[in-house]
Amino acid sequence: MAMSVARILAMAGGAFALTACSADSDTGGVNSVSAKAASPAMAETPYPSTYKSYPGVPTALVGATVYDGAGGVIPGGTVLFADGKVEAVGLKLATKGYRVIDGTGKFVTPGIIDAHSHLGNYPSPSVDAHEDGNELTSPITPEVWAEHSVWPQDPGFGRALANGGVTAMQILPGSSNLMGGRSVTLKNVPSRTVQGMKFPGAPYGMKMACGENPKRFYGSKGRMPSTRMGNFAVNRQTWLDAKAYDGEKRDLAKETLKGVLDDEILVHNHCYRADEMALVMDMAKEIGYRVTAFHHAVEAYKIGDLLRENDVCAAIWADWFGFKMESYDGIPENAALLQQAGACVIIHSDSANGIQRLNQEAAKAQAAGARMGIDIPDAQVIRWLTLNAAKAMGIDAMTGSLETGKMADLVLWNGDPLSVYSRPEKVWIDGALMFDATNPKHRPVSDFELGQPGEGDVK
Amino acid sequence: MIRSALFAAATALLALACSAAAQDVAIINANVAIGDGGDPIEGATVLVQRGKVVAAGRNISIPADTPTLDGSGTWVTPGLVLAVTDLGLADVGAVSQSNDKAAAKSRFNAALDIAPAINPESLHIKVSRAAGLTRAVVVPSHGGSLFAGQGAIIALGSDGKAVRHPRALQLVALDEGGAQISGGGRAASFAELRNALREARDYAAGRWSGEDNLLTRADAEALSPVASGKQKLFVEVERASDIRAVLALKAEFAQIDMVLVGVSEGWLVADEIAAAGVPVVADALDDLPSSFEQLGATQSNVGRMAKVGVKVAIGRFAGSTDGHPRSLAQFAGNLVALTRVPGATGLSWGQALAAITSVPADIAGHGGHFGVLSPGAHGDLVIWDGDPLEVSSAPMKVFIDGVEQSLENHQTRLRDRYRDLDESDLPKAYDH
Repeated sequence: MAMSVARILAMAGGAFALTACSADSDTGGVNSVSAKAASPAMAETPYPSTYKSYPGVPTALVGATVYDGAGGVIPGGTVLFADGKVEAVGLKLATKGYRVIDGTGKFVTPGIIDAHSHLGNYPSPSVDAHEDGNELTSPITPEVWAEHSVWPQDPGFGRALANGGVTAMQILPGSSNLMGGRSVTLKNVPSRTVQGMKFPGAPYGMKMACGENPKRFYGSKGRMPSTRMGNFAVNRQTWLDAKAYDGEKRDLAKETLKGVLDDEILVHNHCYRADEMALVMDMAKEIGYRVTAFHHAVEAYKIGDLLRENDVCAAIWADWFGFKMESYDGIPENAALLQQAGACVIIHSDSANGIQRLNQEAAKAQAAGARMGIDIPDAQVIRWLTLNAAKAMGIDAMTGSLETGKMADLVLWNGDPLSVYSRPEKVWIDGALMFDATNPKHRPVSDFELGQPGEGDVK
Repeated sequence: MIRSALFAAATALLALACSAAAQDVAIINANVAIGDGGDPIEGATVLVQRGKVVAAGRNISIPADTPTLDGSGTWVTPGLVLAVTDLGLADVGAVSQSNDKAAAKSRFNAALDIAPAINPESLHIKVSRAAGLTRAVVVPSHGGSLFAGQGAIIALGSDGKAVRHPRALQLVALDEGGAQISGGGRAASFAELRNALREARDYAAGRWSGEDNLLTRADAEALSPVASGKQKLFVEVERASDIRAVLALKAEFAQIDMVLVGVSEGWLVADEIAAAGVPVVADALDDLPSSFEQLGATQSNVGRMAKVGVKVAIGRFAGSTDGHPRSLAQFAGNLVALTRVPGATGLSWGQALAAITSVPADIAGHGGHFGVLSPGAHGDLVIWDGDPLEVSSAPMKVFIDGVEQSLENHQTRLRDRYRDLDESDLPKAYDH
């Protein structure tokens, strides 16, 4: 919508197809991913996070409908948080010593988490100089790290916070490459540096892509892969070579792959078609790694049983379809059918616009299920945007649900978050108020927007 | 419960639903929104006869023998109207053979007529119909020329007769994209436009020689009705200063019947747009500085323009991702949400519905004929299972010209096939 019809066309045919990458998934009550967030390898990681939470005051949200992100709901509940952590969630808790905010008629959820974003590496304005998401020189680039492309001044971060209640997100490389590089997980807190946004303790992900994008891009250059079978051949040989890596002479690409093989780096695999996802899961078994999530898995509903059995999440849009051949069978009931099959569902954005409305996308997916007789409680739907995404990103022990001791990342909505009429009123990250709709000074304005038309506007 | 009430009463209608003929029908006890900007009317009736709306509101007498639906718990609106879109021009955007949106290598530009390219069987049309859309203004995309060609007004019915008003408008780009096409700068696009209109007037006046002209004969002929104001000129423009420059063209070419499209920074010059009396088809929710011509983009743009009297419709849904036409009602609902955000300007519920029904119909030159439940209008209406602007709601029935439409499509068949994953007897391929 931000661009002309001509631009949309160009994107659908080319650039978009390259940037739209994989999807991330989450386990809907199956097994959590087993990321070793605090492993020695992580501790030695360069470019470490410098993020520190901002000051907050002990706060009590009282009287709102509280969705805890784990599938629970407390009508008229109280949420207490202080020192950056959730202290308690329950009914009629004592609030002495807390700043009390009346949430009557309002709703509280954990901060929304997007498992698939390109904010920062495809930032606004979307000019050629900002195309930093795909290293388009080789189909195998596990050595590149998304964090080295992220522009922290992307105005999109602030929109995701104010309109979408997004408190954390995974920034992924694009999907032109079979192995696109490492992802980075960010707190949605403005910073002068990307290190200042990095989510402390979050494991890395590795982006992979199957299907049309790699074979089209490299095949058109007369190099491998030019077919889906070529995609697999290149992947398999790369994995086999990585398994032989002894680490004596540092190889950045193989270090990433070794991290995957050691279960320290989580694979986020862009994959649309059901048959291809089934092949990828077998490739993972052949090689000895696990796929954490399939992203953009528009055909996941055809293999909900396989995804459940393999404990792989499907990170999906509510209803995108038909923009490329492998998206032709997308249906709005995808999420509901997956939930019915006991598979893990995540609603993701892959879009600087969609990330502002993940709650609405989830509501659409829920309603499509209800119309075919699959009734999914609101509290479970909220989990698609919170705890399930956190699990796939390996941060579920720290955030994603309102449990005592977890990060106080939360949103106070001015109405039911599954309604089109509701918006975030306040957003806290680690207990610090980072957005307040009632205070124009309490919303982020990126450097890029200073002194420009509409600076500090509601957006 | 809502559905059982409606469908229990619908038995009589089922037989006629399969017929292609316009059916008389009355819907009673529904929340009826006329589409004219007003609030919905509770417990109201809509009466359609011979394919036309006869009446909508309270205290309407229903002729004997009129098939009647009990709409208790349902909402009824005019069929939604999409102000600008590429709907029906591609099956799959990235499959170039199926994509007729632009014709970059054509020798022609303004002469390109999109009507024959529109495919009524497109999955995207069927999905949009199932989302309550019944009419749309379909435009070509810019290929290699400032002028994209001539758009058409379509109905989204299943009768295969989509095109109702071919050559309804010409589309020109006076935004960044147009400048790039015209030679690399905005000065070039304005020079191209002026020259083209001059040559078109020459053509109409019989002064066109075929030599010393930049336009082809076909393009000059196609632009003649634009120059004379007989065909609308839709102008894609975003930046505030560009909007002013476009409005200034009205002084130079007074006969042009102009509509602005896009208009991200319209709120900065809203008074001037209102004073010029030029209607706007705006992107509803653009709020990112996606380009240097959209630095001021905000979701309050539509509301701020409407507030000072600009006639503004929501439109320009293109492609199949963020802005698929099926999301039209959702985007309108978001503008209502803004009325509860401090400092933002949105639309009332009635205004938001009008921005996707009567206003786009009016901008397209068909005010009163569709997009509104007023006497004599086409019998395009949608029965919804809830508030039509709410994301959880969906159409239960869609009528176009009084004919109930099929809401089945490739997606609904996939849904039904994969309702379960049981292949114990036969593969899924036998489940149909």
